[in-house]
Amino acid sequence: MSGSQANRKKVLESIRTTLGANAPDKWREANVRHRLVTHPSGTIPARSLGNREAGLALFSGMLASQGAEVTRVRDPEGVVKAIAAYLAKHELPSELRLSEEPVLVTLPWLLAPKLTQTYGEPSASDAIGLSRAIAGVAETGTLFLVSGAGNPTSLNFLPETHIVMVDEGDIVGCYEEAWGRLRALYGEGTLPRTVNWISGPSRTADIEQTIISGAHGPKRLFVVILDERSP
Amino acid sequence: MTALASDFKANAAKALADAELQRALLNVKRGFVQKRVDAKARLPEFDTLRDEARAIKLHTLSHLDLYLDYFERKVADSGGQVHFAPTAADAREIILKLCRDADAKLVTKGKSMVSEEIGLNACLEEAGIEAVETDLGEYIAQMRNEAPSHLIAPIIHLNKETIAEDFRRSHEGLAADRTLGSAADLVAEARAVLRQKFLAADVGITGANLLIAETGTSVVVTNEGNADLTQTLPKMHIVIASIEKLVPTLEDACTILRLLARSATGQEITTYTTFATGPRREGDADGPSAYHVVLLDSGRSEMLGGSFNDMLSCIRCGACLNHCPVYATIGGHAYGSLYVGPMGAVLTPALVGIDHARDLPNASSLCGRCEDVCPVRIPLPSMLRAWRERDFARGNPKFREKTALKLWAYAAKRPRLYHALSGAAVKLLALLAGRSGKLSWLPFAGAWTRNRDLPAPEGETFHQLYAKRTQE
Repeated sequence: MSGSQANRKKVLESIRTTLGANAPDKWREANVRHRLVTHPSGTIPARSLGNREAGLALFSGMLASQGAEVTRVRDPEGVVKAIAAYLAKHELPSELRLSEEPVLVTLPWLLAPKLTQTYGEPSASDAIGLSRAIAGVAETGTLFLVSGAGNPTSLNFLPETHIVMVDEGDIVGCYEEAWGRLRALYGEGTLPRTVNWISGPSRTADIEQTIISGAHGPKRLFVVILDERSP
Repeated sequence: MTALASDFKANAAKALADAELQRALLNVKRGFVQKRVDAKARLPEFDTLRDEARAIKLHTLSHLDLYLDYFERKVADSGGQVHFAPTAADAREIILKLCRDADAKLVTKGKSMVSEEIGLNACLEEAGIEAVETDLGEYIAQMRNEAPSHLIAPIIHLNKETIAEDFRRSHEGLAADRTLGSAADLVAEARAVLRQKFLAADVGITGANLLIAETGTSVVVTNEGNADLTQTLPKMHIVIASIEKLVPTLEDACTILRLLARSATGQEITTYTTFATGPRREGDADGPSAYHVVLLDSGRSEMLGGSFNDMLSCIRCGACLNHCPVYATIGGHAYGSLYVGPMGAVLTPALVGIDHARDLPNASSLCGRCEDVCPVRIPLPSMLRAWRERDFARGNPKFREKTALKLWAYAAKRPRLYHALSGAAVKLLALLAGRSGKLSWLPFAGAWTRNRDLPAPEGETFHQLYAKRTQE
């Protein structure tokens, strides 16, 4: 038996001994199988069970209270204009690093001729990152971002400013609903390499409990909600 | 020099006399306590979730062998590897070998108590591998060669002036006259220095707030984003976690995550909660090409099913520290152990043996606030009491304590003798106190009266007063 197998045996046997479970026990095994297959939800906070408008308001409000800027636009043109306006307002560079999400690639970028777009894995010098969230969760204003072919995870952390677009239709009430969507996409018991929940800009309070934005990740988070129903 | 749990009394006396520490400790009360109250008020389901989280953890612990086995298979399915480490030395050996195989020169690290527990940094440094803590607090603690003094706020014992001095000493090649007056200045400088480390690291090591069996996933929460840069940029990601971090499903993780940040900092949720499953997939734009999870036992399996089983459901939020009057008075370092406050006073004797930590379970007034705020309802005061009883039963009490208790027991069993003695003692104490009504010194209780006066009894015992009252 290799060292690693011996280690494994030692830990598991010690657990079984203290639990008094040295013999195989079909009841214990069934408990575990049942839980893994049914993955029951705990109590879902009532705040996340409102209607569509209430959910959207909660999502935006939570993000804002956690230091993000949030805007709601009606169409892809609105997304481009909102990004251009945000960068101008904060006097930020106009070079964007984008994930290769088709929805982002096909935005009408010509409407903002000053903005430039580069795709793929970011470098340390990229100032502005743009990604798309696969879901947004109203209960705490939390964005779900996933890694993938055109979606580098480092894009969410290296640039000083992170812009995230999310479809209004992808905003759900609670975390469990968002996991349900991921299960439908990736299959039961399977996840992409990285799922990032992002609920605001990077911050630290390690020094004298003083909250400072931009500890290691982005100093600013700007969330653009694409909602065809918005005025 | 790290303090020892066996020197608790001396450490505590030193902490009380440390003016800088006392000033810094005010931040615990100012920050965490009220924020937690507010967060709880915003979530009416909070107490229900506590019951559910406790049930999740206890269910997992009672099926831990089976869930670990499943977790291991799921990690393998996604291309990663699980390593079991019976002891701290095993864990160090496994991680060192992984780092050497990756030809690592520089390792970045996310905050991990288990890494501190196994003394990983010293082991890597000895092998010529630079290990850099990237959580701002841990980075500063490492710079000062100190242990963290709080589970989630490692340098809560420091003031910004001290940190500025540390930065001037440690960050070479920067302008000597630069401004480091504010927390923002300090954060900006650390960000710039650490960014270079993130980009150059060969291996990233993080802890795990949770492990999820259903998907073979490790979860880390941060507000800084440091654990993400740590686990995304290098070619290898190693997770070091203890076996009890496991939960069955993604839903179970949600229940615990709803409690963690609210109990810890009073936030609704941490800024970043990251779920890592295996190495980068084919076609992925970035991410590590290797993913390893090292599972540490080191005494935990022996706690299962016994008096201290529930301690294994701890989610390391730090609420018990934040609400502990003892912690608030002496800070973390005085405990002389890695795990501090009420949870540390219960866990440490289980991990290192009661002989090396017998003062810790006594460093409590058993006021019960820790249990009141614990998100998984660990009965910390009863466990502290259980350690005291165990220590006493092992014959550890001092001769003087034992003799005093024997004498008291002898008298208490003989009511007439007891009344005579207590009546005399009460009269004597009242006489000694004189007109002030206070005693500034008592034989055998010099330590107690050194810092406060004992109010003297007024001349009669309870029984005498009671008898008088019933006659009236």
